[in-house]
Amino acid sequence: MSKAGTHTGAQLIWECLTREGVTTVFGYPGGAILPAYDAMVDFSIRHVLVRHEQSAVHMADGYARASGRVGVVVATSGPGATNLVTGLATAMMDSTPMVAITGQVGSGVLGTDAFQEVDITGITLPVTKHNYLVTRAADIVPVLREAFAVAKSGRPGPVLVDITKDAQQGRADLDWEAAEPIRHLRHLPPPLDSEALARALELIRHAKRPIILAGHGIQMSGARAEVLTLAERADIPFALTLLGLGAVPATHPLSLGMMGMHGEAWVNKAIQEADLLLAFGMRFDDRVTGKLKEYAPHAKKIHIDIDASELGKNVPVDVAIAGDLLTVLRALLPDIPVADRSKWLKQIRGWRGDSAVRDIKNLPDDGHLYAAHVMHDLWRLTGGNAVVVTDVGQHQMWEAQYYHHDAERSLITSGGAGTMGFALPAAIGAKLARPEAEVWVVAGDGGFQMTFAELMTAVQEGVKVNIAIINNGFLGMVRQWQALFYEGRYAATPILSPDFVKLAGAFGIHGQRVDTRADLASAVAAARAVEGTALIEFRVEQEDSVYPMVPAGAALHEMIRRPSSQVGASAIAETGSDPV
Amino acid sequence: MPHVLVVYTDDEPGVLTRVASLFRRRGFNIHSLTVGPTERPRQSRMTVVVDAEEATVRLAVEHLKKQVSVLEVQQLGDRPKVVRDLALIRVAAGLEVRSEVLQLAQVFRANVVDIAGDSLAIECTGGPDKIDALVDALRPFGILELGRTGAVAMARGPRASPEVPRRAPTPAPSNQAMSV
Repeated sequence: MSKAGTHTGAQLIWECLTREGVTTVFGYPGGAILPAYDAMVDFSIRHVLVRHEQSAVHMADGYARASGRVGVVVATSGPGATNLVTGLATAMMDSTPMVAITGQVGSGVLGTDAFQEVDITGITLPVTKHNYLVTRAADIVPVLREAFAVAKSGRPGPVLVDITKDAQQGRADLDWEAAEPIRHLRHLPPPLDSEALARALELIRHAKRPIILAGHGIQMSGARAEVLTLAERADIPFALTLLGLGAVPATHPLSLGMMGMHGEAWVNKAIQEADLLLAFGMRFDDRVTGKLKEYAPHAKKIHIDIDASELGKNVPVDVAIAGDLLTVLRALLPDIPVADRSKWLKQIRGWRGDSAVRDIKNLPDDGHLYAAHVMHDLWRLTGGNAVVVTDVGQHQMWEAQYYHHDAERSLITSGGAGTMGFALPAAIGAKLARPEAEVWVVAGDGGFQMTFAELMTAVQEGVKVNIAIINNGFLGMVRQWQALFYEGRYAATPILSPDFVKLAGAFGIHGQRVDTRADLASAVAAARAVEGTALIEFRVEQEDSVYPMVPAGAALHEMIRRPSSQVGASAIAETGSDPV
Repeated sequence: MPHVLVVYTDDEPGVLTRVASLFRRRGFNIHSLTVGPTERPRQSRMTVVVDAEEATVRLAVEHLKKQVSVLEVQQLGDRPKVVRDLALIRVAAGLEVRSEVLQLAQVFRANVVDIAGDSLAIECTGGPDKIDALVDALRPFGILELGRTGAVAMARGPRASPEVPRRAPTPAPSNQAMSV
């Protein structure tokens, strides 16, 4: 049987990818995947050679998040495969559709600890939506077709397909139609529960102080217009999760901005005072709710999510609707009455109080460079039109606070997993998915040093991304926690960096250093103007902290406000500075 | 409180690992898990007894339903059902107590399946409570070895209709190589 067949298994892999519409893959070759790489040469699929397999997954992740298409990764067996794990976990937490293909040792030596053998399907079981071990060429097409279907359907996620070397070398016929996947259709959301819809409408009608909690699911469902129609018609403001930023426009009059641990105090206050929460495609993460027992105590809760296992997981809800948000909202919209909730909106505006004065971006320029200034200016200078890919830590929160995202898929960040080193590779992936977009990396000095080898990938692939390194000489968010909760004992958080400008030089890219706010605009202009990837190191205030902050485990209203050192004394006197 | 779930899955390598791993990482406490073939070709049937609150069990069911290899999940709940466990018990039974042990076995409608010099092996089928009771009754004689299968369960009455419409069986690339 293996002698017959129109194609080799290796050819079938690329036939499948081509038919699935894949144009770009991210990977790194090696022994067990060599047959596949050899066959690749005859197909017109672009292969991006990374410097570390973890980056290949982040690139595929950035590619998928920027475009909505399935990201594809290729790696070899053993260490090549294990290097994917962090990236798969990142994609799993943030529901990124992805297919990772790994080579495996020959089926005859499986289980013998052969050279570069690891049980990658065993290892990745909890961090993939599903995974497969393929040992026969004839199984490649059905498995890959199903893998793409699973990755995209329902709540999307990463799928890993491990293919033994002999399966790549064997032969089989290409029978596309017979390999039509069906198993992903087994667990479609149940038909809409009309009784639940009626109860939801009843709650919306009677709500005096409702808030929409806008999550990542809005974007994945394509329900932006419906969410806005509902919000506008019923006059309901919306607060956003980190991954929800951009799902609905930040500059919309009903937008409150980000909620949760580093959301503005008045946004969290509004949630705590609300009488109805409409959770759209979000999962009540602990970073969003704070202490669960005291979360939104006066509010009825309507939760709509495509993943039924999220309903009631963290927060008990009054109406739980499992389904695609777009479908559910289309069913609800005809019965949503026009309402005027200006009294509630005015009350929320009142809570803003002194927040604007406390806001660091309104501080006069005292010669120091604050990260918040960098984000604010970057937003202004790019017209808010860039795709920003952030790493993890303080800069990520400042970006979320000060770069106002209006467009969908304009913020790409590792939310659930909080994976440092994500930004640069994910940005390269995003740029390859959307070459016309202006892509910015915003990373800290710590995270950037985890994956900066990918600068060479950007150069080799001719990719232009602009990079803003927010250098404060610390692993800043950890330092902040040490300052607040560990008596300022800075264990292992001071971090040295190379001379980033010289580093840029070594990679043959444009590099610049900025120490004062006055130099910021010209540096950004220069970076945007050069043809290739450009790097700016912003030397910011070293021991600056992200505020407001809900300490882990505290209730949302128990926030640490921006300290008075960041507020003019007169401003405090004027407002009374009541901590919310 | 123990809840009984019946789970139909594709019969392919690794399904048991997937289900066990799911319960482990989500912190659902498994009381027992049995698996075996079914009335349908290429499908397995698991009986999972979960020790958890109602709400937790609902989440466990939703998580199971997300597994690609899972076809159907029945939560037997308060429904009338048959739950059966099989135990093999080797009990010390010298000549002086042997008749007493045999009598006990008879009361529980258990069978003697092996006789050694000074011990008997007893096979007993029944609900978990019955087997617990037999084990308790035999304990004073000295239990030398005890093996139990864990529960297999089935709802009473007509076959519960599947929650999802049954589709044509998987194209099943090959039942050996499909999934891990």
